[in-house]
Amino acid sequence: MIRDVEALPAQVDLAIVGAGPAGLAAAAMAASLGLSALMLDENPDVGGQIYRAIAANPVKDRALLGEDYWRGEALAKEAVSSSAQHAAGAVVWSVSPLETSGYEIGVSIAGRSRIIAAREVMLATGALERPFPIPGWTLPGVMSCGGAQTALKASGLVPGGRLVIAGCGPLLWLIASQYLNAGVSIEAILDTTPRTNWLSALPHLPAFLISPYLAKGLKLMLAVRQKVRVIAGIEAVRAEGTDKVEAVAYTKSGSERRIAVDTLLLHQGVVPNINLSNAIGCRHIWDDMQLTWKPETDSWGATSVAGITVAGDGAGIAGAEAAAERGRIAALGVAQRLGKIDVPARDRKAVAARTAHARFERGRLFLDAMYRPAKVFRIPQGDTIVCRCEEVTAERIRATVPLGATGPNQMKSFLRSGMGPCQGRLCGLTVAELIADVRGVPVREVGYYRLRPPIKPITLGELASMPKTEASEKTVVRV
Amino acid sequence: MTETADVIVIGGGIHGCSTALHLAMRGIRATLLEKDYPGRHSSGVNAGGVRQLARHIAEVPISVFSMALWERITELVDDDCGFASQGQVLVAEGNQELDEFRKRVDELKLHGFTHEELIDRDELKRLVPAVADHCPGGIVSRRDGAADPFRTTQAFRRKAVSLGVQVHEGVMVAGLRRKGAVWCVETSAGTFEAPKIVNAAGAWADRIAAAVGDPVPLEVVAPMLMITGRVPHFIDPVVILRSRKLSFKQFANGTVMIGGGHLARAYRDENRSEIDWHKLADSAKTVWELFPVMRGATIVRAWAGIEARMPDDIPVIGPSASSEGVYHQFGFSAHGFQLGPGVGGLMAELVATGATNLPIAPFHIDRFAGSLDSRVS
Repeated sequence: MIRDVEALPAQVDLAIVGAGPAGLAAAAMAASLGLSALMLDENPDVGGQIYRAIAANPVKDRALLGEDYWRGEALAKEAVSSSAQHAAGAVVWSVSPLETSGYEIGVSIAGRSRIIAAREVMLATGALERPFPIPGWTLPGVMSCGGAQTALKASGLVPGGRLVIAGCGPLLWLIASQYLNAGVSIEAILDTTPRTNWLSALPHLPAFLISPYLAKGLKLMLAVRQKVRVIAGIEAVRAEGTDKVEAVAYTKSGSERRIAVDTLLLHQGVVPNINLSNAIGCRHIWDDMQLTWKPETDSWGATSVAGITVAGDGAGIAGAEAAAERGRIAALGVAQRLGKIDVPARDRKAVAARTAHARFERGRLFLDAMYRPAKVFRIPQGDTIVCRCEEVTAERIRATVPLGATGPNQMKSFLRSGMGPCQGRLCGLTVAELIADVRGVPVREVGYYRLRPPIKPITLGELASMPKTEASEKTVVRV
Repeated sequence: MTETADVIVIGGGIHGCSTALHLAMRGIRATLLEKDYPGRHSSGVNAGGVRQLARHIAEVPISVFSMALWERITELVDDDCGFASQGQVLVAEGNQELDEFRKRVDELKLHGFTHEELIDRDELKRLVPAVADHCPGGIVSRRDGAADPFRTTQAFRRKAVSLGVQVHEGVMVAGLRRKGAVWCVETSAGTFEAPKIVNAAGAWADRIAAAVGDPVPLEVVAPMLMITGRVPHFIDPVVILRSRKLSFKQFANGTVMIGGGHLARAYRDENRSEIDWHKLADSAKTVWELFPVMRGATIVRAWAGIEARMPDDIPVIGPSASSEGVYHQFGFSAHGFQLGPGVGGLMAELVATGATNLPIAPFHIDRFAGSLDSRVS
């Protein structure tokens, strides 16, 4: 494992950003085909979000995290024992094309930066939680289910005091069941799934009934419902409090009620993390069912930019098992383009992965339709904060559209929304949907932020003391 | 469908929008064609410097004129454009450089311009306390400052529209031809006709110029800028260097913008530029040396707007050398933002009356006659 920029290889065939299920499977496959592969991942260990800390988990009781989690062990073992290298704590802050072919990658480890080269780059950066911009969501004590789950997996931490979980989507039921297994009591689950979603999900029910998700999902939900009060049909949610959250107010059938809380967890599904693919300039499309942008990819995960592939949830949400198969398929595509295998070999080797992938894709449309979050929880009103970094409210966004802010980039120039350290990860979708709502046009017409490197902040000192590379020496000579 | 106007302005940057506004203020019917949206490129994403300081001597009169418009910008466009005048300081890094600065200030005085003022080490330290101790002085231009570039460009657009200018966004010019006394501008959205054309097309202006018989050696450039996270307030004026490429400005919210002219790779046909981190590492080193307080700041974003640079680093302003009714206003070579309000006024004056009160002869396009070289793509 590499923990120092000095130890990074100066050049590899394939750099893989992210060591979650897609990155791990891709690395193992690439290595087996004779490619020099390097996984760059921000965390101290492999596994990504879903299999976080899979190799060194502090949680002793395996049943607590569920059998799905431990499925990551085999995946991690396969990648780590291959010839692929893994840089831990490695933040990729820039990917830019070299003048001829290939890419330069800015990597920071422990506060020191270096630029390395790769012939191809695979983005396996997974998913982010969809923003949940309700009144009061920035109060201390309100956090995302994903954040709560990270604390559980990496450090075995659970919230104390009175806990309410609000939102919709499979991950909401998973974290609830993991908490129950850990002995945490949950005051209530506020289910924001719109009741009418059943209608649009119904056509996809047959596929879901024979999918691997049905039994798993039902088991989880039943287990949770036996122990927790679940309040369905929620029409509005508000976090209340002065210095921290004190209560959650919710509306059901037009009337408002209140529950006193110390922690409110919010979740309404996950969306692709497109920050790197966007900054690189890959073409993105709006997915109206998943209500998100995703990079346009071919059947091998290749984007509109030559030499850049996306594997896993970063190319569209399909879950961890599908992500691993997509990683294998994308690695086969890379190996073929870089001359390690020919087209028939690539296609032959991909058969097993494609079959498995098809099985994991089954039922996905049902889940997408069933858990499609309601407009009221995506497109806020009034003084609800939209951009947390710059504290921009929904009403300021609405008022700025007529001044000439017809898209997120213009909005950024007017209000700085999306200009903070998170680079719009926490507000991009909300801003785009808000502008589309004000203008009365589809989201695809208003577009998304053009993101600028560094994709993750680096210090000025780090940039100033970056070691010269062969390419940078050439740059100096050329100027 | 053919739309007609008195003047067609090509390009919706600060210059095109300002010219369209000033034409409308003179009662001239103008149509503005913009291939993306106003302020999409360098007009919207430049450093926002409103600077008379350290300009080419030929530019000083128009820069001083433009400054007067900046100082009443709210009256002009109904928006303060985020303009604030905290001064700009050119820092000397050694005594030899300070001597050159002294000569420069004296020369300006001979021409009757007093906005640049030589300062010693004490005054420099008073204005810029965080500057490294080895700097012996510099020049200050106290009325200079900075504005918000995108907001400014949009304010000019909105005011122009309110006075009747037709602004067409997402409309790309495909060709120009003469039909009797009018110019026909063929675009992605049909034909526009007017007796007069103003070419304010920035990084794409050489193509318009070539189409009317004025080929010019224009270089497409994308000067890089980067911005830091918030740091405690430590500096008011904008600081620039001459011997090394650096400009430096702290915003009210604490973030610091670092620029100075290192170039990204620009791809004008793709509306795209690629940041060159090796060169930005040089900028970071310069800041490291001059402002030790900045060493731990985080860089949160780097970008570059596409624009035009001329071989002699001054713009093209004036009538076409070869075509009746065509006027050029481009090639501001990475320092055109401050000139926008003023040059728009001059251009409207030129279009309306055939002459300007201020001298613009040094900017005539005929200075490039026969000089077109292989750099033009």
